[in-house]
Amino acid sequence: MSLVPASRALVILRGGDEGSLGGAERARVAQLLLERGLEVACRRDQGVDAADLGSDAPEALAARLAGGAGAGAAPAAWKPWFPVIDYSRCTNCMQCLSFCLFDVYGVSADKKIQVQNQSNCKTECPACSRVCPEVAIMFPKYRHGPINGEEVHTDDVRREAMKVDISALLGGDIYSMLRDRSVKAKSRFSKERDDDRALKERQNCLVALKASRDLDIPAEVLAALPSPKEIQAKAEAARLRAKAAIEGAAAPSDTERD
Amino acid sequence: MSAPRILYCHCAFAKVVPADVKSAVLEGLTGANVEFDAVPDLCEMSARHDPRLRDLAAQQPLHVAACFPRAVKWLFAAAGAELAADSTRVWNMRTESADAVLNGVLERTSPAESVR
Repeated sequence: MSLVPASRALVILRGGDEGSLGGAERARVAQLLLERGLEVACRRDQGVDAADLGSDAPEALAARLAGGAGAGAAPAAWKPWFPVIDYSRCTNCMQCLSFCLFDVYGVSADKKIQVQNQSNCKTECPACSRVCPEVAIMFPKYRHGPINGEEVHTDDVRREAMKVDISALLGGDIYSMLRDRSVKAKSRFSKERDDDRALKERQNCLVALKASRDLDIPAEVLAALPSPKEIQAKAEAARLRAKAAIEGAAAPSDTERD
Repeated sequence: MSAPRILYCHCAFAKVVPADVKSAVLEGLTGANVEFDAVPDLCEMSARHDPRLRDLAAQQPLHVAACFPRAVKWLFAAAGAELAADSTRVWNMRTESADAVLNGVLERTSPAESVR
C-alpha cells in the first residue's frame, strides 16, 4: 500500500477486515493526523494498513503519513473564530454590520447580511453576537450558550433585548457613545493630546464600555481597535451600508415592479 | 433506509470539546470497525468554504459527532452546504458523554437530535 495520501489533506486508513490496523492503533494514528490538520477516512478494504505500520509506533506512522512534522494545516496558526449566522432567527436588521469595526460583515447581492471577511474577526471577541436582538449570531468556539450554538430560549432573547435597550438608553447606539466620549476627550486634551494619550483614552473608553455592557471584549482587541476618528468614519460607513441594504431589501425589485 | 454515513469533528483548533470525550468517541468508532469520515475542524472548513463540506453534506443519511446541532447546521450552510434536516442527526460532544454519542451515532439506541 502506498503511503501517499489520497489527497494533500486526506489520509485513508483501512479498518474492519484482516490486515487492518488495530482499532486502538487506528484511533491513535487518526487522532495524530487530525491534530496536524489532515482529514482522515476509515474504509474497509482500502487504505493504510497493518503492513504499513510494521514495527513502528503509531506516532512514527502518523509522521510519515503527514509527510513530516511540518505537513498539514497548523491548528495553532489560526483559531477559526468568526460569526456564524442562524438565518432561521436573523431578521436582516443590519445591527451587526453597523456594530462591527472590522468589516467582518457585508451585504449579499440580494441585500442579505452575510459574513464576508471571517479572518478579520478578532479572536475571542463575541461582541456582535451580544448586540444581535434575535440572538442569531453564533461563535461555535465560545464557552457559553447561546453564543456557542446552544438552543436559544425565550429568556435569552429577553436578555439580549434588554442589552439593546440599555444601549439605546446610553445614547442610541454604541457609536454615539464613543463619539460623545471622543468629543469630550478632545475638549479635555485640546492640542496637547499626543498619540500615547489618545491610545490610552481610547482604551479607557472602551474598557469602560466593556465593563458597562459586559461585551466580553478581550483586552488585545481593545488595544487593536482603530482610532476614535477611524471608528467614527467606519461607523458612519457601516450605518450607510446597513441603511442602503435595508432600503434595498424593502424596495420592490425591477422584476417585481414589472 | 441505507446505513448512515458517519462524520466526526475533532475540533482540533480549539479546546472547547473535552479531550477525553473526543478520544473515547474516536476510539469507539475505530473499535466498531465502521466506515467513517473524520475532519480536523468543521469551523475551520466552514471559514475556508471548503467544498468537501458539500460532499459530506450530500451523504445521507448522515450522523455527525461534533458540537451543538444549531452551530453545525449553520456552519455547513455558511459554506454553501445544506444539511438535509430530516436525515441528518447531530450528537454533541460538548455536552453528551462519549457513550451517549457512540450509542447514537452507531445506532445502538435511537434517540438523537436532528439539525432542524
